[in-house]
Amino acid sequence: MVTLVLPQMLGAGAAVRRAGSVMERNAAALKSAYWVVMISGVVEPLLYLFSIGVGVGRLIGDITLPGSGAVIGYAAFVAPAMLAASAMTGALSETTFNFFAKMKFVKLYDGILATPVRPTELAFGELGWAMARGSIYSATFLLVMVVMGLTTVPRALLAFPAAILVGFAFGGLGMALSTYMRSWQDFDLMGSAQFAVFLFSGTFVPAEAYPSVLRWLVELTPLYRSVHLIRAIAVDTVGWMQLVDVGYLVAVTVLGLTVAGRRVGRLLCN
Amino acid sequence: MSGTDTGATPTATTTSRSTGSLARSWFGPASSVLEANLTAYRRTWRSSVFSSFLLPLLTVLSFGVGVGAYVDQGVGGFSYLDWIVPGLIASTALQVAIGESSWPVLGGFTWQRTYYSQIAAPLRIADIVGGLLAFVLLRVLASAVAFLAVAAAFGALHSGWAVLTLPVAVLLAAAVALPVAAFAATIRSDSYMVIVFRFAVIPMTLFAGVFFPVESLPVTVRWLAYLSPLWHGVDLCRAASLGTTPAWSVPGHLGYLSLWVAAGWWLAVTRFRKRLIH
Repeated sequence: MVTLVLPQMLGAGAAVRRAGSVMERNAAALKSAYWVVMISGVVEPLLYLFSIGVGVGRLIGDITLPGSGAVIGYAAFVAPAMLAASAMTGALSETTFNFFAKMKFVKLYDGILATPVRPTELAFGELGWAMARGSIYSATFLLVMVVMGLTTVPRALLAFPAAILVGFAFGGLGMALSTYMRSWQDFDLMGSAQFAVFLFSGTFVPAEAYPSVLRWLVELTPLYRSVHLIRAIAVDTVGWMQLVDVGYLVAVTVLGLTVAGRRVGRLLCN
Repeated sequence: MSGTDTGATPTATTTSRSTGSLARSWFGPASSVLEANLTAYRRTWRSSVFSSFLLPLLTVLSFGVGVGAYVDQGVGGFSYLDWIVPGLIASTALQVAIGESSWPVLGGFTWQRTYYSQIAAPLRIADIVGGLLAFVLLRVLASAVAFLAVAAAFGALHSGWAVLTLPVAVLLAAAVALPVAAFAATIRSDSYMVIVFRFAVIPMTLFAGVFFPVESLPVTVRWLAYLSPLWHGVDLCRAASLGTTPAWSVPGHLGYLSLWVAAGWWLAVTRFRKRLIH
């Protein structure tokens, strides 16, 4: 028994350690300008919150939530969506642009895969790095929400892991997509798709306000499910539908990582 | 522009006998640069259709129609859709202008190194900057015309003066594209470009009166909005499309934007020269 299980456990421990060393490389490779870029990513969702949530919110006043019928200020309505969107953007920028550049141009992964690190561990390491970055953004944003009185401390504490899950889902998705990208022009298209999803995922108005065809289409997107989940936790009531959101996001994460691990292996190990 | 560069162009001295050929010697080389830019654009225009036309249109739908449905009292006597459309024309002009003068210019110095081959041809620095500017302005004009046509189809234009949003969009584009190109010619790492977007372009887009009136901003922030070139473009475009009087005098707006153009031109020529010649 021991001789059967122990090597596998040691194997799992070593896999985590190897994924960890991929993250460690990223931390060691940080240059001064990139530090500023990383840290300043915190301000972007806050700018949106103040402009759309507070500025446009003044023109709108209060908004009635379609599910529970609760009436909340427009800033409280928009804030959870900005948190979800920033978790998405943070995860995608690390796992698409940077991942693609490292894979195709810097040839970093050719070097890493010449060491004992395996493709799946590489994918996990990069994703872990993206999450470390994204969790700083999410925590700061939630702190500002609490200070502005847009949510409570217990709700914020629960919304934090939800935001991390959103990051994992988009990180896995982004990494899988990157392995199919041919050139930088493809990233322009992806950026456009990302912005379109950002505009219509129940972010600025409830999805119930859209025409029914658009609404059902929107309900299928990962960002909508993320907004739905985080909004329920931060400002509304949590129900069974949130389990659907969580299940959906976990499924996207697993699918993305599996595809990414396989594709990286096929692209670089042959 | 300056005499020191003309030594690189033998044609400039031989063809400047009549006024016609003088004009050609001044603008001909720049138009060759424009032609080169347009030729390169033939390979990438498809993805730019999304970013410079389709996304602004979706923004009109999401904000003008979607959020607008929740703005019961409108803004200044106009529906939110009609109020936001001219703001989005100006902000699209800004996005397209900065999009074409940031990463592509940086790439022209660092990755593709197109500017080094341009300076090896009989071109002056002013020709290279002029050709770039002409290309940027053409791109902005094309997307502004498309945007205006869609706005008219939405019934969002209230006045025939709306046509004037086109020259305003072009002026605004020149005011922002030149300083950004100058910056792109200065930096060595693309991380600095991200910082420009995060601390200048995005805040400008969000707080310079495109989505909500600047009057509701706290006084200090409001003055930052007044300093940004975008607000002047937004105010002019909005006055033109709604048929109202702008918040500032028209010559004041135009003068301020021209100041940005002049300073931007000087900066761009100086920075391009420093990078390419010295």
